[in-house]
Amino acid sequence: MKYFDNRKYVFIAIAIIIGLVFITKLFLLQVVERSYKVSAENNSQRHVVTYPSRGLIYDRNGELLVSNQAAYDVMVSPVNVSEFDTTEFCSLLGIGRDNFLERLNRAKNYSWRINSVFMKQVEFKIAAVLHEKMYKFPGFTLQSRPLRTYPRPIASHVLGYIGEVNEKNIQSDDYYSAGDYIGVIGIEKSYEEVLRGEKGLKVYLKDVHNRIIGPYEEGKYDMPVKVGRDIAISLDAEIQEYAETLMQPFIGSVVAIEPSSGEILTMVSAPTVNPNLLIGRNLGSTIKKLSADTLNPLFNRAVMAQYPPGSTFKTINALVGLQEGVITTETSYYCDYGFYYRGIHVGCHNHETPLDLIGGIQNSCNTYFCNVFRRIMENPGYENTEESFNHWRDHVTSFGFGEKLGLDFASELKGNIPTASYYDRYYSKGHWNFLTILSMAIGQGELLITPIQMANMTATIANRGYYITPHLIKKIDGQDHIDEEFVRRNFTTIDSSNFVPVVDGMDLAVNGGPGSTARIARIRDITVCGKTGTAENPHGEDHSIFIAFAPKDDPKIALAVYVENEGFGGTWAAPIASLVIEKYLTGEVKRTWLENYVRNGNTNDEETEE
Amino acid sequence: MTRRDNILLNIDWFTVFLWVALVVFGWMNIYSANIMKGDGTVMDFSQRYGKQFIWLLVSIILILIIFLLDAKFFPFFAYLLYGITIVTLLAVLVFGKEINGAKSWFVIGGFQFQPSEFAKLFTALALARLLSSYGFVLKNFKSLVLAGSIILAPALLIMVQPDLGSMMVYFAFIFVLYREGFPQNLMVLGSILIILFVITLLVEKIYILPVIWIIALIVIKLFKVPLKSVLYIFAAGILPAGILVFFMQSGQQVMGYESVILISIAASLLFALIIAIRLRNNNLYKIIAGMVISILFVISVDYAINNTLKEHQKQRIYVTLGIEDDPQGVGYNVNQSKIAIGSGGFSGKGFLNGTQTKLQFVPEQSTDFIFCTVGEEWGFIGASAVVILFVLMIVRLVILSERQRSDFSRIYGYGFISVLIVHFTVNVGMTIGLFPVIGIPLPFFSYGGSSLLAFTLFLFIFLKLDSNRKELLR
Ligand SMILES: [Zn+2]
Repeated sequence: MKYFDNRKYVFIAIAIIIGLVFITKLFLLQVVERSYKVSAENNSQRHVVTYPSRGLIYDRNGELLVSNQAAYDVMVSPVNVSEFDTTEFCSLLGIGRDNFLERLNRAKNYSWRINSVFMKQVEFKIAAVLHEKMYKFPGFTLQSRPLRTYPRPIASHVLGYIGEVNEKNIQSDDYYSAGDYIGVIGIEKSYEEVLRGEKGLKVYLKDVHNRIIGPYEEGKYDMPVKVGRDIAISLDAEIQEYAETLMQPFIGSVVAIEPSSGEILTMVSAPTVNPNLLIGRNLGSTIKKLSADTLNPLFNRAVMAQYPPGSTFKTINALVGLQEGVITTETSYYCDYGFYYRGIHVGCHNHETPLDLIGGIQNSCNTYFCNVFRRIMENPGYENTEESFNHWRDHVTSFGFGEKLGLDFASELKGNIPTASYYDRYYSKGHWNFLTILSMAIGQGELLITPIQMANMTATIANRGYYITPHLIKKIDGQDHIDEEFVRRNFTTIDSSNFVPVVDGMDLAVNGGPGSTARIARIRDITVCGKTGTAENPHGEDHSIFIAFAPKDDPKIALAVYVENEGFGGTWAAPIASLVIEKYLTGEVKRTWLENYVRNGNTNDEETEE
Repeated sequence: MTRRDNILLNIDWFTVFLWVALVVFGWMNIYSANIMKGDGTVMDFSQRYGKQFIWLLVSIILILIIFLLDAKFFPFFAYLLYGITIVTLLAVLVFGKEINGAKSWFVIGGFQFQPSEFAKLFTALALARLLSSYGFVLKNFKSLVLAGSIILAPALLIMVQPDLGSMMVYFAFIFVLYREGFPQNLMVLGSILIILFVITLLVEKIYILPVIWIIALIVIKLFKVPLKSVLYIFAAGILPAGILVFFMQSGQQVMGYESVILISIAASLLFALIIAIRLRNNNLYKIIAGMVISILFVISVDYAINNTLKEHQKQRIYVTLGIEDDPQGVGYNVNQSKIAIGSGGFSGKGFLNGTQTKLQFVPEQSTDFIFCTVGEEWGFIGASAVVILFVLMIVRLVILSERQRSDFSRIYGYGFISVLIVHFTVNVGMTIGLFPVIGIPLPFFSYGGSSLLAFTLFLFIFLKLDSNRKELLR
C-alpha cells in the first residue's frame, strides 16, 4: 500500500541537504577559516592547567590554623617522551631503572596522551633542581599540588583533611580530574567549593621541537585561575588547644558553644590526631593505621558518639513538667534512698529531704525526677500514657534531639528519642506505662544524645528557651558570613519563664551548700551553672558527663564534657568544664591545683582501679 | 517462491560495502585516538581499539546468525522482543550502574552493556509489526494512541535514567509515521510539541502560556475568521486577567499569576468554542484543540522537570541543552573539537599523526567526539568522505525500503533510516559546532560495543528482510 510513496523524496532531500550543510561547514572550518588552520610545520597547542592555591583557614581571633606549603608531582605524558638521559633523571629522583620503567608503563596504561602522575610529591629540594633541568626530559613536567600544613597541631577532627579525588568525585563533578585534591572530611569538605578556587587554563602554541612560541590565538581560550578564598571559623585556638590538653589522658569529647550566636568555640574529640600526620603521600597508610587503632582516633566523638544523657537530662524533664503544668517550683517529694513503686526501685544517694524542684536539681535526686516523670506521663489532661508521652516527646525534640542539628559539618549523627510506636512494637499498644519507660526520667534507657546536641541543649538553657543552629563558619574572604540558617532563633516549646527555676537549680548544683553535686566546678567571681550526669554504659565503666554555662546572667559560653569510662560526672567532666570556662572568660587559669589534678587524671585512676 | 539458494545474490552488497567502509574507518580512528605511532598491537584488549576489535568480530557472528534465521522470525517475535526490552529498561533503573550521572548501564564482568542502544531497534520492530498489521489505519485515534505508546514507553524510561540524548532519538520515529501517511495536521502538531518541549526547558511557563495564546489568536485570524470574532475572543481573555490583576494589585492575594493566566486563557477558549459552534468553522476547532494540547503539554513537561527530577539530573539536562554554561565541561569540548577538526586542514595530518596533546581536553574522544579525530587526521577530504558515506547509506536504504513488498519490511527500514538520520545529524552537528552537545554516538563509528552491535543488528536485520523480499508475492 504505497499510498504515500512521494514522501520518500522528503527523506532523500533531508539526507542530501544535511550532507551539503555539513560539507559546507567542514569546508569553512578546515579550508577557509584561518584561525583553525595550522601551518605546515605542524604547530600545535599545549594546554597548561594552573592550579589555584587553596584558601587558608583562620580561627575566630585571626590566628592561622591551616596554610599551604609547596609540593610538586612529577607528571608524564608518554607520547611526548623521547630519547633522553635516563640515568641522570633516575638519580635525581632516587629511583632505579626498573622502577623508572615500571612507573612509565603505569602511565602508559593510564593514557598515552593525557598527563598522569609519574611520582607524587617529591621533596622541595629535588623539585627545585628538577625545575631547572626539566627541558632535558621531554614529556615530563612538574605540577604543583596543594599540601596543607598546620602551624598548631590542633582541631584535626574539625579541620578534616584533603586527599586525592576518587573515581566517584571525578564522575559526579566535571571540575575534578585524576590527581586533583579535594576536602575529604571536616571543614575542608563542607567548604570545599569556597576553599578550592577555580583551576585556570593557558593554551600555548608550540613548534615541532615542543617549544612554546607564544599564546594560542592571543589567549582567546585561556581561562583565568581563581585562587581559593580564605575562611575564618568560630573555633578559639587557645581554648581548643587547652581543652585538647586537658582531655589528653581521657577518651571523650568537649564541645563549647557561644549561646548568643551558636558559634562553636571548641570541639574536641579525644584521642586526637596531629593534623600534620594527615598530609602528603603517607596519608593513605596513616589513615589505615589510625583506623586499626582500637581507640578509633579518626572517629569524631563530638558529632558521632551517641550516649545516654544521664542526670543532665533531669533539666529537660523539669522543664517539660513545668510547661505541662503537672508540677510547680514548690512541688516537693520525700526521698528515702530511692523511688519505690510496685517492686521497681530506683536508688538515690544521701541528701537532705524533702526537696523542692530547685533542690531536686541541685542534689540530682532520682526520686524527685521519677515522680516528675510519673506526673508527666500520667497527666490527667490527656487520655492515656501514649498521648502524654507524645507531648513529652514534642517538647524534648524541640531542643534539637533525635534529629541532625544541621551543622556546616559533615558526618553528624541523629541520636535517638524513642517514639510511642517503638514501645507499641515492644510491649504492644496500651501495654506500657510510665513505669516501663521510667529509666528516661533520669536520662537512661533508649535515649541517645551526641555531645554537640548536649552542648546545644546547654546553650538553649543558657538562652532561656531558644538556640541558634551550631556552626563553625565565621567569615569568608574577610567578610562576615552568616547563613540565614545560622542566625535564626529556634524556639523550644518551653516558655522562657520556666527556665528560671531550672537555671537556679543548676546554679546551686555548683555554688550551693553541702549536697550540691558539682561544687568542684565553682570559680571565684563567676557564677557557673552546671549539672552532672552519668551515662550507663552496658559495655564497661559508666561515662562521666558535665554540662555548664557561665556567667549565669549573661552567658558567654555553654559546654558539654563527656569522659568515657570514668564514672560519676563530678569526678572528671566537671573540673575539665570548669577549667575551660575559666580559661575562656578570664584568659588564664589560676587554679593550678585543679589543672594538675586533671592532668594526672589517668594515673590517679589507674591506681584506684588496681 | 523458493529462492533461498540465491540468498547471497539477493543481499544488497552495496550497503554491505558502506557498512564495511564505515566500521573499518571508524576502528582506525579509535585506534589512532588511543595509541601512539608504532606501539602496541591490535590485540591489546586492555585498550579501547582491542575491545572494539572484539566487538567487530562479535558483530560478524551476529550477522551470520541473522542470515541463518528465517525472515519470518522478526515480525513473529517483534512484540516479544519489545516486551523484553521494556523489562530490561525497567531493570536497568533498579540494578544498573550510574555512569556520568545517568543510570543506563549494566555491568557484567568487565563488560558494560547499555540497553537503551538496543531499545531503538526493538521499538522499530514492534512499530513495524503494529503499523503493518491487517486493517491498521493511521488516521483513527486508537491506532495513533497505540503507535504513540510503543514509541513513548521506552523513551520515557530512558528519560528517567536520565539520558536525554538517547531519549530524544525517539522523536525520529515520527518520520516513520510520516512516511506511512501520518496526517499532515498531526505532523504539524508534533513539530510544535517538540519545539514547545525545548522552550519549556528554557523559559518560565508564565511567559510561554500567554505567547501560545497570542500566536493562536494570530493563527485564528489567518484562517479567515472575522476580525470582530477574533477581538471578542481576545477580550474574553483580557477582561478576567485585568480584573484579577487589579484585585491583586489592591492587596488581595487571591491566587498566583499562573492561575490568573490559566483562568483567562480558559475563558478566552470557551468563547472561541462558542464562536466556532456558531460559525461551524472546522479550522477553529482544530486550533482550539491544538492550543489545549499545547498548554497541557507545557504544564506537564514543566511539572515533570521541576517535581520528578533531582537537582543533579536537572543540571545535566540543562547542560546538555546548552542552557547552563559549563565552561570546564561541555562547551569547552566543542571548542576543542572545532580546533582539532580545523587544524586538519584540507588533507589532514595523516593517519596516527594527529597532534598529540591538543585532544587531552576532549574526554569523549573515541566515543561521542570520534568525528574530530577524522577531521584532524584525514582533513576535509576524509571528513567529507564520511559524510558522503552516511548520505549514500541513507539514500540507498530509502531505495531499498521502497522496493519492499512487505509493509513490515518497509516500515522497519524507515525505522532504521530515521534513527540513522538523527544520530548522524546530531553527532556530526555537535562535533562541528552546529548543534548543542547531545551525547549520542556516531553509528558504526564511535567506540562502544552496545552501540556498534545495536546498529549492526539494526541494519542487517533489514538487509536480511530485503534479501527475502522476493519470497513475498503481493
Ligand atoms: Zn534522692
